Amino acid sequence: MSYLDNILFAILLIVGFGFFAASVKKIIRNINLGVDVDRKDNPKARWKNMALIALGQSKMVRRPVAGILHIFVYVGFIIINIELLEIIIDGLFGTHRVFAPYLGVVYDVLIASFEILAILVIFAVTVFWIRRNVIRLKRFINSDLNGFPKSDANYILYFETVLMILFLLMNASDLHLQNVPGGYSHFHKAGSYPISQFIAPIFNGTSNELVGLLFEVFWWLHIVGILVFMNYLYFSKHLHILLAFPNTYFANLKPEGQFDNLESVTKEVKLMMDPNADPFAAAPVDENAAPAKFGASDVQDLNWVQLLNAYTCTECGRCTSSCPANQTGKKLSPRKIMMDTRDRLTEVGKNIDANKGVFVPDNKSLLNDYITPEELWACTSCNACVEECPVNISPLSIIMDMRRYLVMEQSAAPMPLNAMMTNIENNGAPWQYSQQDRLNWKNEN
Amino acid sequence: MSESLVVPTMAEMLAEGKQPEVLFWVGCAGSFDDRAKKITKAFVRILNRTNVSFAVLGTEESCTGDPAKRAGNEFLFQMQAMMNIEVLNAYEAKKIVTACPHCFNTLKNEYPELGGNYEVIHHTEFLKSLINDGRLTVEGGQFKGKKITFHDPCYLGRANKVYEAPRDLIQKLDVELVEMKRSKANGLCCGAGGAQMFKDAEPGNKEVNVLRTEDALEVKPDIIAAGCPFCNTMLTDGIKHAHKEGEVKVMDVAELIANAQDL
Ligand code: SF4
Ligand code: SF4
Repeated sequence: MSYLDNILFAILLIVGFGFFAASVKKIIRNINLGVDVDRKDNPKARWKNMALIALGQSKMVRRPVAGILHIFVYVGFIIINIELLEIIIDGLFGTHRVFAPYLGVVYDVLIASFEILAILVIFAVTVFWIRRNVIRLKRFINSDLNGFPKSDANYILYFETVLMILFLLMNASDLHLQNVPGGYSHFHKAGSYPISQFIAPIFNGTSNELVGLLFEVFWWLHIVGILVFMNYLYFSKHLHILLAFPNTYFANLKPEGQFDNLESVTKEVKLMMDPNADPFAAAPVDENAAPAKFGASDVQDLNWVQLLNAYTCTECGRCTSSCPANQTGKKLSPRKIMMDTRDRLTEVGKNIDANKGVFVPDNKSLLNDYITPEELWACTSCNACVEECPVNISPLSIIMDMRRYLVMEQSAAPMPLNAMMTNIENNGAPWQYSQQDRLNWKNEN
Repeated sequence: MSESLVVPTMAEMLAEGKQPEVLFWVGCAGSFDDRAKKITKAFVRILNRTNVSFAVLGTEESCTGDPAKRAGNEFLFQMQAMMNIEVLNAYEAKKIVTACPHCFNTLKNEYPELGGNYEVIHHTEFLKSLINDGRLTVEGGQFKGKKITFHDPCYLGRANKVYEAPRDLIQKLDVELVEMKRSKANGLCCGAGGAQMFKDAEPGNKEVNVLRTEDALEVKPDIIAAGCPFCNTMLTDGIKHAHKEGEVKVMDVAELIANAQDL
């Protein structure tokens, strides 16, 4: 390699990582648009969750076929990225397989395991593709995936296949040059190639120059591919390969049935119930902030963990496929709740970028423009979606916050619910019975 | 029903200067709904038989606020909660048992932050502890050899991870306990949660309770057991919808125990 190559390579890396850093910054900025919520307690349990669920994939394997195939892709991806380190050093300094002399037999084992994983990844990705496009599993053909989300899933599968094939071709041409008489002098014997040794023979009879050139091509395409993939993440549900880690760390640790008690409400209720409260007392001169809004109608009303959830969602649809409302044909799809939240958040982010860092109201909101009250009211709060999600997302928490907005800000509950609430208020029971009759059952037969 | 029920109230207890072992939180369904009242009474018969010292709040009890909260009305919920907490704290309640998973969940998880700290137990857990302590013995009786399947209430199971107590109780009855294809953490909602009990379902192609009853009927049970008055109603309706009233019964775990012991 001439210096030109090295310089070009360095520029490529800088551009690739530069764009990536800019995307990450934007994501963090958008997530911080959310309301604060404390998720720093109990770090021990949080690390454990992350280790088990994100690293250990414990919830993935509840559906064994997808779970095990996913582990191939996941481990393959992580391990092959170790290879990336060597590629980067080789690219910057014009070396070739720089680790080989230092690692000896360990190097052979490493390269061999990369190759085996590469082939497992190709296998898994093929099965994934068949499940989506041939078998057409219900949760992958639901209408909430129409358009980009559906192509996105396939693009990534193609991308991964191509990357793996390039990796194997790169190794195969390398191996050929290592063995062929008069091969490249710096292509010393290194590594062990359980898969690409079967590909290498296709180079027999080809001139060394051409194989050398092909090697360069594969090598460059492989690294460029990885950089492109990395930058595509920002636009894709595949962001989960990064965000699954913080997402499981910050996930709710409380029992699933425990909904938060809105603090702003607690203050008011306490005041209302306190017989000694002075009704004319000046309102506490607290923060000159806008009056608190109860519940959520847009992404800024949600908390940052809910927004992190939205970016993390893999659109796998496990939540939707287990949702009783969805299974009985109602409009609700918890996956759609997450996708809508992310879409709206992206839109708000773009708005902020276009307006020099401030959000200019656009007469739209998450409620109504994305999520309809009909969807929200179909939820039974059963927590099946929360239980199912392989990365501990809670669509239910968003549904509840939006219901709160509908009820407390807009008094827009369905009529029968209003009747139920009036009964509770007047009689202390959701039905129209007098509280005085509560013990009547004792003497009835 | 031979003897009449002994149901002291907390007020009566206090007047006698006594503190019961547990406070039985009856809940709105258990107090007013005709079907659920039978569950309440079955549970009280067991308490009476085992000489558990308990008391109810009676007319001082009010809705926990659960349906208001799940409907999104945090104001109403917190108002109910604070009123109830005031009453409970005035009686220095320590241990609360309830046959309603919704009351159970709310009292246990949502009241502490508002100043209500109690040990809250679902009646299936309580019955199990009575057996463990040797205070209650259970034999199969009329249920021996019957096929029973248990429906996990969302607010008992997934929400609070109580899966074993009701199953252990059922198994004490010398019956064949069969699991539905969706059970425990994967259980399917009966359709009543989240305040759905009090409104019509959104348009769809099926009712949730019908779907859930189909799950249950698939295993051909003689009895579908539940541990929640709302699930009980929903599944009973599901059975009617399937025209199986003659063949399959829906019963609360407390009713199974009480009936098996001829209480
Ligand atoms: S909690 Fe709501 S959205 Fe989630 S599965 Fe249950 S009904 Fe569906
Ligand atoms: S919320 Fe979780 S289960 Fe649902 S689609 Fe997203 S990642 Fe999958």
